[in-house]
Amino acid sequence: MIKGKELQNLLEVTVRFAGDSGDGMQLTGSQFSDTTAVWGNDLSTLPDYPAEIRAPSGTVYGVSGFQLHFGSMDVHTPGDRPDILVAMNPAAIKKNLPELKPGGMIIANTDAFDAKNLKLAKYETNPLEDNSLEGFEIYPVPITSLTFKALEHTKLSQKDISRCKNFFALGLMYWLYNRPLDQTIDWIKKKFKDKPEYIDANKSALVAGYNFGENTELFTIRYQVEPAQLPKGIYRSISGNEATALGCLAASVKSGLPLFLGSYPITPATEILQYLSNYKNFGVKTFQAEDEIAGITSAIGASFAGNLALTTTSGPGLALKSEALGLALMTELPLVVINVQRGGPSTGLPTKTEQSDLLQAMYGRNGDSPLAVIAASTPSDCFYMAIEAFRLAIKYMCPVILLTDGYLANGSEPWKIPHVNELPDIPVKFWTDKETYQPYLRDEFLSRPWAKPGTPELEHRIGGLEKANVTGAVSYDHDNHDLMVKLREQKIQNMANDIPELSVDGDQQGDILVLGWGGTYGAITEAVLRCRKAGYNVSQAHLKYLNPMPANTGTVLNNFKKVLIPEINLGQLAMLIKSRFLIPVEQFNLVRGLPFKSSDIEEKIIDLIGGKN
Amino acid sequence: MADNTEEKQVKLTAKDFATDQDVRWCPGCGDYSILAQVQRSFPDLVNVKKEDIVWVSGIGCSSRFPYYMDTYGFHGIHGRAPAIATGVKIANPELSVWVATGDGDLLSIGGNHFIHACRKNIDLKVLLFNNKIYGLTKGQYSPTSEKGKKTKTSPYGSVDFPFNPVSLALGAEATFVAKCTDRDSKHMQLMIKRAAEHTGMAFIEILQNCVIFNDGAFDALTDKAVKDDMLLYMEQGKPLLFGKNKEKGIKIDGAVPSVININESGNSVNDVLVHDEFDLSPVRSTILAHLTDSPDFPTPLGVFRQIFRPTVDGEIHRQVAEVKTIKGEGDLEKMLFSGNIWEIN
Repeated sequence: MIKGKELQNLLEVTVRFAGDSGDGMQLTGSQFSDTTAVWGNDLSTLPDYPAEIRAPSGTVYGVSGFQLHFGSMDVHTPGDRPDILVAMNPAAIKKNLPELKPGGMIIANTDAFDAKNLKLAKYETNPLEDNSLEGFEIYPVPITSLTFKALEHTKLSQKDISRCKNFFALGLMYWLYNRPLDQTIDWIKKKFKDKPEYIDANKSALVAGYNFGENTELFTIRYQVEPAQLPKGIYRSISGNEATALGCLAASVKSGLPLFLGSYPITPATEILQYLSNYKNFGVKTFQAEDEIAGITSAIGASFAGNLALTTTSGPGLALKSEALGLALMTELPLVVINVQRGGPSTGLPTKTEQSDLLQAMYGRNGDSPLAVIAASTPSDCFYMAIEAFRLAIKYMCPVILLTDGYLANGSEPWKIPHVNELPDIPVKFWTDKETYQPYLRDEFLSRPWAKPGTPELEHRIGGLEKANVTGAVSYDHDNHDLMVKLREQKIQNMANDIPELSVDGDQQGDILVLGWGGTYGAITEAVLRCRKAGYNVSQAHLKYLNPMPANTGTVLNNFKKVLIPEINLGQLAMLIKSRFLIPVEQFNLVRGLPFKSSDIEEKIIDLIGGKN
Repeated sequence: MADNTEEKQVKLTAKDFATDQDVRWCPGCGDYSILAQVQRSFPDLVNVKKEDIVWVSGIGCSSRFPYYMDTYGFHGIHGRAPAIATGVKIANPELSVWVATGDGDLLSIGGNHFIHACRKNIDLKVLLFNNKIYGLTKGQYSPTSEKGKKTKTSPYGSVDFPFNPVSLALGAEATFVAKCTDRDSKHMQLMIKRAAEHTGMAFIEILQNCVIFNDGAFDALTDKAVKDDMLLYMEQGKPLLFGKNKEKGIKIDGAVPSVININESGNSVNDVLVHDEFDLSPVRSTILAHLTDSPDFPTPLGVFRQIFRPTVDGEIHRQVAEVKTIKGEGDLEKMLFSGNIWEIN
């Protein structure tokens, strides 16, 4: 207990840092997250930034935010509404106030509330002074001038000093939530190892912020969020994109095949290309292609040549890859396509999340063109689903689309690191026997042999024209085409015997099942848990395999009177479920470019059950 | 050549490169000649094993080529052959990767892949079958069709200005650029071998007659009666002479080319430009590339330019090896458990 300040225990807190795009809010948020993770809390993050790199400062559309939900229990979402907002300027309040919890705290950098910034944020009067923030707890802190005061001793320029103010805010937050500074100090030392003046400045600002909390009379209470009861093990913080990249790398290690990535930069998938281009000592070859089409077609070429082939993209890029996906499934070559979904259609909302590419992944090609579609459910699940995508692609000689989304990609959570020997092996068998070789011979899974160039006497030709089954010769035969169309479909459907069954959390039958897929797992889980706590009987199931669906999906659905499908689209899974199982479903669709709030789903569930208990 | 092939177990012949597929091009198509010259040249390729050869194509008459070559082959989708081939080459640098493509495939729908494969200097051998028409879709103007050309989609004459493929390749920084015709088999074989020996992006424009939809497109160049005056065979280190008795030559004043008769008074062979394929400057090769645009000049055939620059496929592998040397072979377990990690007991 610190002198004169009350320490209050909390189970969970949601914090949002918000400021100009150039204020370093993403850094502040991720530093707070890392420290909090090491402290032992469970957590989930939601960075929310504009598509512009440096939007005009002071404007509402230029506000960059980072939300973090941490607690001493299991944390499933980045939090519906922040308990506390750190606002570096008026625009940050304008943009985020509607989200803030009633009675929530606002720490405002009063130095930024000048006439110019108020005008840019379209405030006629200063909200800190005109009582418009009634109902919230306002903590006015002159963050900029206090930072200048703390850095009086440095020789840095005014501009450089001003840039340190986010560390002052971070220090203050560390004090408020009783977190140690060493994690961030270590980071500063490493980041600026060749610039001692920056180390000193950022560290001084951080410590000054902490000490300000300690000494000011503004704050009388500080908060304690005890560590969560997480399973024993070694942990690291992981974002969806990093987990995806590591999963692809793990697939390369477990298959013994060199990884080839053909990719074109596109938000929010670019980071996967960036991560993988660092892993050269694992033999990873990254080819930054001239366009999306070259990204996938180079990967198809690499697969033909016997590499582990990958292309990464987001919605508009997947649209461009459509024709080549057909080529990959026609030539029956293993290929993984990762689509980090973003708001669409067209360019849409590049930095925002959505789940609206499910039907594109399922059907966005000419001809009857089935391929496997799977989806990750949490940031760390991206690691396992990337490995699974390659396992299926190789075993069934086909393209596999892995769907993640902007929320999973940029969000992070603590991850209990698995040991490499616990990960599934990915067996690979290249064909070498010239006596028995036929390009479209089928094994028990209906897969054709993978014979790579360089193998003597297996010279063969494949391509996008229809092939005669077994021989692989170009064939325009009507019955052969009918056979091949059906074989390609059957091959994908056979995977249903090779994937986990759909499990139900809660009662195995009852009135209502909430069925989700992909990145909404956390929000749905949270909503269902809250409903149960309130006495409602609600079950949950989450589809990670969309094509084929788990073999027991129909049975599971038929065990419930109502099936509710919440999706961040207009009902794409709902459409698949209705057409496949001929059952009515209830939909919940909110397409705001943001992850679901669990409270929204909770309300929908209660509404469906028939109102409050 | 013969000496170098001794290390091969058995000397292959043209027949070894033929498949059991019926060749389905129209009778008289220039593609037959290209197939024959490739099959005749390949047994002489130095240090290339048959199983290491991959033919990649896009869509069009030319792109059926891989089906007729008993090597590894990939018949891709329209325009994408250079990108597919790039993936093959980067995945396995031991392979000898060839692209068969047409003027629509490479220069229209595939234009982007082509210029970037040139710029990146991917170690590919690209054979452009240029017949100045869309053949497989039955006769529409192509990006190399001359302006004013009447086709099914340009009944009043094409309003498009055509690409000059050699100039485009030079402009895109291809490191080997050559041109030949389907009529001159010996010369085509020579160009194929030169391309095969080049490390990097090797581009050959082959003037190829389409007997059905653009028959005689190159008669003004290749007919017996005119070819001596209309074709100029470029040879390294030799003056650019043409004509029945090699009496005409290309002279360059500043950047302006002209045709001179070396027998006329005041002219001599010393006024004629001496061909230098290895000139690092692209200026003279570009001037030569554009001679074909005017009927007053002959069309140069042969190697316009050959320079040496690291290939992207080679650089990717070099970097992988370099980083392995610096960081050591990757250890996934170590990597997963490094960085900002913590233990929960």
